[in-house]
Amino acid sequence: MRKIVFLFALIALVAIYGYGQTTESKTSSIPAIEIKDIEGNPFNTSEILNNNGHPVIIDFWATWCKPCIKELMAIDDVYEDWQEETGVVLYAVSIDDARSMNRVAPFVKGKGWNYKILLDPNGDFKRAMGVVDIPHTFVLDADGNIVLQHTAYNEGDEEEIYNKLIEITQKKQQK
Amino acid sequence: MIKKVFIFLIITSLYFNLIAQVPGGSINGNFQIIGQTYKDDTLINASKVPEYLRLNSYANVYYRNKNFTAGIRYEGYLNTLKGYNPKNDGFGISYYFLEYQNKKFDFTFGNFYEQFGNGLILRTYEDKNIGYDNAINGVDIKFYPVKGIYLKGIIGRERLSFSKNTYGYSHTVFKGLVRGMDIEISPNELINKNISTNWLLGFGMVSKYQPQQQEYITVNDTTLKLGLPNNVSAFSARINFGYKDVSFSTEYAYKIPDPSADNGYIYRPGHAVFSNITYARKGLGILFSTIFIDNFSFRADRNAALNDLNINYIPDITRNHTYSFAAMYPYVSQNISEAGIAIEITKKFLRHTFLGGKYGTNLSVNYSRMHDLYKIPIKADIPIGAKGTYGYFIDTRKLGALLYQDFNIQVDKKVSKHFKFIFLYQNLFFNYAVLRGKPGHQNVYANTVALDMTYKFNYKHSLRTELQTLQSKQDMGSWVMGLIEYTIAPHWFFTLSDEYNYSNPSSNEAHYYNGAFGYKFNSTRIQLGYGRQREGIICIGGVCREVPAANGFNFVISSTF
Repeated sequence: MRKIVFLFALIALVAIYGYGQTTESKTSSIPAIEIKDIEGNPFNTSEILNNNGHPVIIDFWATWCKPCIKELMAIDDVYEDWQEETGVVLYAVSIDDARSMNRVAPFVKGKGWNYKILLDPNGDFKRAMGVVDIPHTFVLDADGNIVLQHTAYNEGDEEEIYNKLIEITQKKQQK
Repeated sequence: MIKKVFIFLIITSLYFNLIAQVPGGSINGNFQIIGQTYKDDTLINASKVPEYLRLNSYANVYYRNKNFTAGIRYEGYLNTLKGYNPKNDGFGISYYFLEYQNKKFDFTFGNFYEQFGNGLILRTYEDKNIGYDNAINGVDIKFYPVKGIYLKGIIGRERLSFSKNTYGYSHTVFKGLVRGMDIEISPNELINKNISTNWLLGFGMVSKYQPQQQEYITVNDTTLKLGLPNNVSAFSARINFGYKDVSFSTEYAYKIPDPSADNGYIYRPGHAVFSNITYARKGLGILFSTIFIDNFSFRADRNAALNDLNINYIPDITRNHTYSFAAMYPYVSQNISEAGIAIEITKKFLRHTFLGGKYGTNLSVNYSRMHDLYKIPIKADIPIGAKGTYGYFIDTRKLGALLYQDFNIQVDKKVSKHFKFIFLYQNLFFNYAVLRGKPGHQNVYANTVALDMTYKFNYKHSLRTELQTLQSKQDMGSWVMGLIEYTIAPHWFFTLSDEYNYSNPSSNEAHYYNGAFGYKFNSTRIQLGYGRQREGIICIGGVCREVPAANGFNFVISSTF
């Protein structure tokens, strides 16, 4: 009898734990943090989710971060295609502090990037998102759930993001 | 026995159930663990540690539910890696806060990070790579009365260290008392008109309180006590202005006389000016920055030194290099006396042009030059900076000693679908005696070239090589290095490198070999390496940490959840 009760408890535990896991992964969304846009005007990060039901990429970077720039340059090559196919918008959140914050606008324009650029000079948004090191990239589906994130950049990582964007878009069309 | 296990299981299941079912709430956070083993290696001046292995670690957890956010951080230094503050040895909860926010207000109780403007009068932040954390423990209030007006008020004590108590648990040591207010006004949002010019104004004030400090000077064999202010205030005003492709920003800050260990207990007030002009249109960006810092160290304790208890932050306008040789002699912000300029031009030659080729070419040219201020004595018979005096006057028409000069050119070029490269050339002057605090050390002149090539076999496999050389006759002399890195996207990387110090005037030739591999899965990353770590400093934003030589294994584990 005891053994049966024990077994039952074990099953219940696993079931509840499993349930916990699935709900947990769905509750993530974007914290509302007051940062700046590229012109230095206040910007609330909750606005990031407004993309007319299309996916969103949030990419934390800095002008002094080599792999970050490599990743953003690699995505830049294909960004137009991604936008056409999936309607995605990429927010490139620069964590450059006061020293290099002013480099961001000429740097981005100089590179000819079409991303939406945000400035997080004291790392408030970075901290709230739990980012350890940059580059750190989040992919959000149309409902604002984080469906993919990766840190560091290996040549070719953008393929993984692209596959995810296609998956999100197809799922939405099936609905 | 079974009964006990049963009860334990019930409790655990309830516990997990509770976590998972908090209505509307969410949990996120991150952690990082860095370990290093140390062994003796006399050639590079590395030494072992008695415990063989040392480890730094931390974990942040945030819980959000509607308007509430709570956060907590565990830090463990078992024992502290060489090159970080050894006062940190131990483990425990180092940081916690509770935040409530709505459309008009934002209240934070506990530990927080805050910045006014460019940070000239207030910036608290943390950067684990340089072991920097000057969080304030107190209250942070933000208030947005109408759209376009942003008010902030803070009060609290500042983090000094994370120290063990008699029970072995560590706690954060907070010192001083810092108060501040800041207002930011956006006329465009306030007036709600589509004006073609973009404006932003800001004013801030920060004051610190430190009572009962005593400092003495001797004049003609009589000991005199210095009158030290218990309260020291600093003020700043800033403006941003943008019109079409041009923008201009400047911040001026003033601090009342604040005799301190940094300035040698003089009564000169402090001034700081930081300005930027940018021009940016598609394919071309130009930045011109200037900085002027006169006696602007601002700490919660006037006797503090190194990176301790800084209330403010001095922006560093020189380029933050990432190629290891270009970053070997980084600029260190001088909070007492510096003046400098920086210019950066970023240009993209478009696709299908002569210089652009098939994929376009990115070019950036950067120049920066930093000087000491030109000081003149207040009286012929009083030496510059004499304790207890006004200190000195500044002649703004003249420049003091050259501290740092960096000219560099970088080309980023994608040649074909498979091949791309980055080329960097740097010409550097480094005033070692002042910037590294070693009086008498000769100045360093260096030329550095770096070539970084990536060959992509297919969407998964790529090979990167890095070749660099630094040519110098001073300090450690000349270097060459090579690196090979093979990556298999999106999970694996393997790297081998060697930095060879082949002409060192004062020591033997040495190879600094390193090997590492890493695996990442989504936002979790593990990395294991073995090799020699070169002695030097790493700087982020002009704030620096000394890195001692080391030989051994190292590993990093980090994750965001």
